[in-house]
Amino acid sequence: MKRVVLIVPLVALLAALVWWSTRHNPGPDTPAIANASRVAAPPAELVARGEYLARAGNCMACHSARGGTPWAGGRAIDTTFGTFYTSNLTPDPDTGLGRWTATDFWRALHEGRSRDGRLLYPAFPYTSYTHVTREDSDALWAYLQTLPATQQASRPHVLRFPYDSQTALAVWRALYFKPAVFQADASQSAAWNRGAYLVQGLGHCSACHAPRNALGASEDADKLAGGLMAGQNWYAPSLGSPHEAGVQGWERDDVIALLRDGITHDASVAGPMAEVVYGSTQYLSASDLDAMATYLQALPAAPSAPATGRAITLDDAQRARAARLYADHCANCHGEQGEGSGPIYPALDGNRAVTLDPPANPLRIVLGGGFAPATQGNPRPFGMPPFAASLSDEDIALVVSHIRGSWSNAASPVSVIDVQRYRGNLR
Amino acid sequence: MKRLFESRPFRLPMQRLLLTCCALFSFSALAAPLVEDTMAQRVLACTGCHGAEGRAGPDGYYPRIAGKPAGYLHNQLLNFRDGRRQYPLMSELLQTLGDDYLRDMADHFAALDLPYPAVRATGPNAALTRGEELVRKGDAARDLPACASCHGDALMGVAPAIPGLIGLPRDYLAAQLSAWKSGIRQAHTPDCMAQIVKQLSAVDISAVSQWLAAQTVPAGARPAAMPARDLPLRCGGVPASQTAGGAAR
Repeated sequence: MKRVVLIVPLVALLAALVWWSTRHNPGPDTPAIANASRVAAPPAELVARGEYLARAGNCMACHSARGGTPWAGGRAIDTTFGTFYTSNLTPDPDTGLGRWTATDFWRALHEGRSRDGRLLYPAFPYTSYTHVTREDSDALWAYLQTLPATQQASRPHVLRFPYDSQTALAVWRALYFKPAVFQADASQSAAWNRGAYLVQGLGHCSACHAPRNALGASEDADKLAGGLMAGQNWYAPSLGSPHEAGVQGWERDDVIALLRDGITHDASVAGPMAEVVYGSTQYLSASDLDAMATYLQALPAAPSAPATGRAITLDDAQRARAARLYADHCANCHGEQGEGSGPIYPALDGNRAVTLDPPANPLRIVLGGGFAPATQGNPRPFGMPPFAASLSDEDIALVVSHIRGSWSNAASPVSVIDVQRYRGNLR
Repeated sequence: MKRLFESRPFRLPMQRLLLTCCALFSFSALAAPLVEDTMAQRVLACTGCHGAEGRAGPDGYYPRIAGKPAGYLHNQLLNFRDGRRQYPLMSELLQTLGDDYLRDMADHFAALDLPYPAVRATGPNAALTRGEELVRKGDAARDLPACASCHGDALMGVAPAIPGLIGLPRDYLAAQLSAWKSGIRQAHTPDCMAQIVKQLSAVDISAVSQWLAAQTVPAGARPAAMPARDLPLRCGGVPASQTAGGAAR
């Protein structure tokens, strides 16, 4: 009985919140001002600043389809709730942002609402962008207005019930989203604060590096404790854990080099992070890179979640085959004892990326191979071949198990089921 | 002592790099991996599937890339990266590489002048006859140009952008033509191959692939430097000066 008494006002409160947040709320719609602002071209300085900020947010990566017109949207984002299609941000009046104002744009970033008041899905990471200042929002807006207008209607999202309704979205927002502004911490340095602003805001690092709950909400976003990227079969490692991707114990210059060049003297980025370096962080100014590094290095060190304790053991014959596969396919570049060769072929002995749990990343790297991103600091990267087509699932499981459990590495073996789970479209 | 680097490939201070490497790994005790600062070393990611030096994969599918025209290879790298060709392993591999570096890779494989393996002879059959006819003469009744009219009389392609058709596995050829027919494989617009292949039947595709794959590449064969005559169609990615009516059309 007591529980019912509690539930009734809760439901009523939730319903009120839903009503409040879904009601049509077009805000100050002022086409006359909007038109006037388009006539007077924004100052070049503001546009340049907006372009830089757009790089910092890596906006174009999502708002362009592969091979499509940049900024015209259409990239599919696969999630456990369905597929989202990104929108057209060019100034086309019918299919893009041509009828929007700077205020409409700011409200999208800050409140996650479209021009017509519709709630936006948090696949557009406004849970992070809400921290962006109005000033930076206006600069981004000024830049977007200078893009060539492209007529390309945005594809409707394809979502499963009940995620396809505004009501469900309103409930989600009532539970997990509150517009906020970035609050500087007076006890920290200016660099730390700038880094926090970039990492928590435009950089939207938590979109991947924070775990998500069953409803897709980031948990303790600022801790960046690592998360599985459901649609991509990669694991974004914890930036708090020294056993995953924490950089607390690194040299500052190495953190900067990784973000700028995609490579340090003994590490390189792969998978989705290579895309981030390629499209975003390689373009950041020295002072912003220093700020981000300062903030990331100051993240409280947190232990990784305990390993899931996979009950897999290899018999002697499997161990022998695994070692032979390593010798035949890996040792040439990574060394007989996993010692690697400088930045080009990273050491596998003691390499945090290969011992991660879940083992998504070492499996994806062996399946799909890859190049470090081509950056100004590393314009002609070396590559690793994919093994998805040349090795069976069994052999991939064996060789990855060998790497995870040899030399000083002591991570659990992986199974054929793991290989199949993370293989995705790599066949 | 094996070389670690031939030259300085990175912005990182070389001395520190060497010091760190030496501090981390004892090269004297181990057979240190040989890393050369060459394109061949960089494209080991490619030759894993496309065979040593890009001579074709061992499985009868991954095509030879060595010696193909540089412009063609560059276009294909762009096509995979930008979604005009669909093969996730290729697309993912190229996703974070820029146009210039892909051009370097294309130039590297195009410059390799390696002998082709001999093809096992097969007896004559109706499909081979039909295939040869389509390749050499086309089908005027269907306004179908001969393959040779663009890909060169020797069928070794034309620099810089038209690929050779012989020296490739039958399954690969049939898969590419079928993919073009269904729209899965595309080229830069105007996509002349798409226009042609849409007119081919499944039987035509099989016959053409069978005949082409049965041809042995003569020693020293290279892509032609120039087309023998204007190309019959306008093709994106091919210099306008080589196509029908040049740039005017």
